[in-house]
Amino acid sequence: MNTQIQFDIVIVGGGLAGGLAALALAKNGFECAVVDAQDPQTMRGAAFDGRTTALAYAAGRLFKRLGLWDAIEPKAEPIRDILVTDGQARDRFRGGAVSPFHLHFDSRELGPDTPLGWIIENLTLREAIFEAIDNNANVSLFAPARRSGARFGAGFAEVDLEGGETLSAPLIIAADGRFSALRAEVGIKVNKWTYPQTGIVVTVAHEKPHHGVAQEFFLPPGPFAILPLTDNRSSLVWSENKTAAPAFLALEDEAFIHQIEARFGPYLGKISLASPRWSYPLAFHLAQSYIAPRMALIGDAAHAVHPIAGQGFNLGVKDIAALADVLTEARGLGLDIGHMSVLENYQRWRRFDSTSLALGMDLLNRLFSNDITPLRIARDAGMSVVGKIPPLRRMFMRQAGADFGKLPSLMQAEA
Amino acid sequence: MTAQINTTATIDPDEVSKFSAIAEEWWDPFGKFKPLHKFNPVRLAYIRDAVCTHFKRDPHSKKPFEGLRLLDVGCGGGLVAEPMRRLGADVTAIDASERNIKTALAHSMTMKLDIDYRATTVESIAAAGSPPFDIVLNLEVVEHVADIDLFLKTSADLVRPGGIMTLASINRTLKAFILAKVGAEYVLGWLPRGAHDPRKFVKPEEARLILKGSGLNITAVAGVSYNPLIDVWRISEDTQVNYMLTAVKAQK
Repeated sequence: MNTQIQFDIVIVGGGLAGGLAALALAKNGFECAVVDAQDPQTMRGAAFDGRTTALAYAAGRLFKRLGLWDAIEPKAEPIRDILVTDGQARDRFRGGAVSPFHLHFDSRELGPDTPLGWIIENLTLREAIFEAIDNNANVSLFAPARRSGARFGAGFAEVDLEGGETLSAPLIIAADGRFSALRAEVGIKVNKWTYPQTGIVVTVAHEKPHHGVAQEFFLPPGPFAILPLTDNRSSLVWSENKTAAPAFLALEDEAFIHQIEARFGPYLGKISLASPRWSYPLAFHLAQSYIAPRMALIGDAAHAVHPIAGQGFNLGVKDIAALADVLTEARGLGLDIGHMSVLENYQRWRRFDSTSLALGMDLLNRLFSNDITPLRIARDAGMSVVGKIPPLRRMFMRQAGADFGKLPSLMQAEA
Repeated sequence: MTAQINTTATIDPDEVSKFSAIAEEWWDPFGKFKPLHKFNPVRLAYIRDAVCTHFKRDPHSKKPFEGLRLLDVGCGGGLVAEPMRRLGADVTAIDASERNIKTALAHSMTMKLDIDYRATTVESIAAAGSPPFDIVLNLEVVEHVADIDLFLKTSADLVRPGGIMTLASINRTLKAFILAKVGAEYVLGWLPRGAHDPRKFVKPEEARLILKGSGLNITAVAGVSYNPLIDVWRISEDTQVNYMLTAVKAQK
């Protein structure tokens, strides 16, 4: 049996980016289908994804506009301060004196009660997005549903599902992640390299409060971030030399905790593990094009950046909000939303921004993840300059908050 | 001028692939019609806003032109006719060139858009006694016709009382000669050489006089200007080169 179902947009990939894109586009009146091979019940389970996401304050506005924020806010920890230290914590805490080689970003400098962002468990985001999709008449979820093919015709693109349905739309959005199959199928190449680093992610509970401070220590193997979570917990993102990482991952809990404490010192008091350990190879990739006829790439399908400043997800949010603006404007003119003359506007808006940010993060990682004396002197001088000049400091904070460049309407501040 | 028999364009299945190939050229945003694709959104926005203001439609609704009968004169490959149909209008689109009409029809079929394409002229449509339209679009046509008085009068007769005409053309000024003739044809190569005869460019004031004689009053004139630094067209106050105007026929 073959049924053809017509949509305005078919989104391949039901992860955070795909789900959010569906909700953003549905809000603007587009009828969307979301296709994912996995069962939503599995994706909504605690065992599916133990990672956390740094949501920048400008990206948070999109969640508010889509009505997702009420469900997320109780489980989102606001970032009030960011402390960046070149070297180990003990350097800073040694003898009570603070190392001059650190940077302090204080959200209060940008305004009262506006955090720089929030740290949120992916599970929380996923649950809010799926719940909203279930209640949205403009979004049809096809999951679990395997894709058996995709065709990009002159007027329409079509996605065949193994169940027999064919989903047809003038535009397909590829939100199928860093190994995007759709991207490969249409022949878009990626520029990529891997870092000699493994990202180790774990949630810890601790004795003392974190006061909403996100800490980042630049250690020779790579950055080590302690990100504040609700309920006296923190999410650790530990970039470790990839040859050394397996040994750390294999340690008994007590020895693993000891390794963590050795890296950031005693300021959180006694810590215990509050989640399994997750690890993934750190890699960089950028799609050479974000568009093809009747197709647009968003999120990790378009780019993956070093997690050094927690910007990966926020780039994806900006993709979604920008694409929503471009498609809505085109529809308002009666244009074909899958036509390259329309999609070019999306590419022009997003590709330069993502590329410069990705390369910036790459440079930071290279600059800091070493113990080379001249580089250390240069970067520490840089940090003290940034730290002493308030406008420069605020500029960095807006960067961290994804509040820079031309902001799409879903990410603009309330008028 | 003698009235021809108007027939809705039909397309022989053997010709579909031939005209689809030509349609691909028309619709290739990086091909020879690239300048037209760049130029198109600003024209569409002007038309949408003029129509929505005149007929009190919500420009943000899904089909703001629903129920309006629209005639697109000199439709070419359908770059305006298709968006008009998507906005909800009942579109009749005409072009003197049989090849253009077949190309546009082939493309609208792949897009599953129902547009009444006809290889004919306004004179023939009028002579055949077509009921008048809510909206008549004359985009980049008047500077190509042989008898502008006759053409505009005939077009004006096809606007129903209470309906509107949107006209886009090129002004007859030195600036237009330099930019739209020399610049577009010889320097930038946007248009084939000889595409325009600058003596046939039309001043808005001339259009105003002819239209007024046919009961249409111009309510707005806007310039359409190109910014080469950012490669963007936008509506401006400078009507010295490209301009668009809206004319309204009084209710009876």
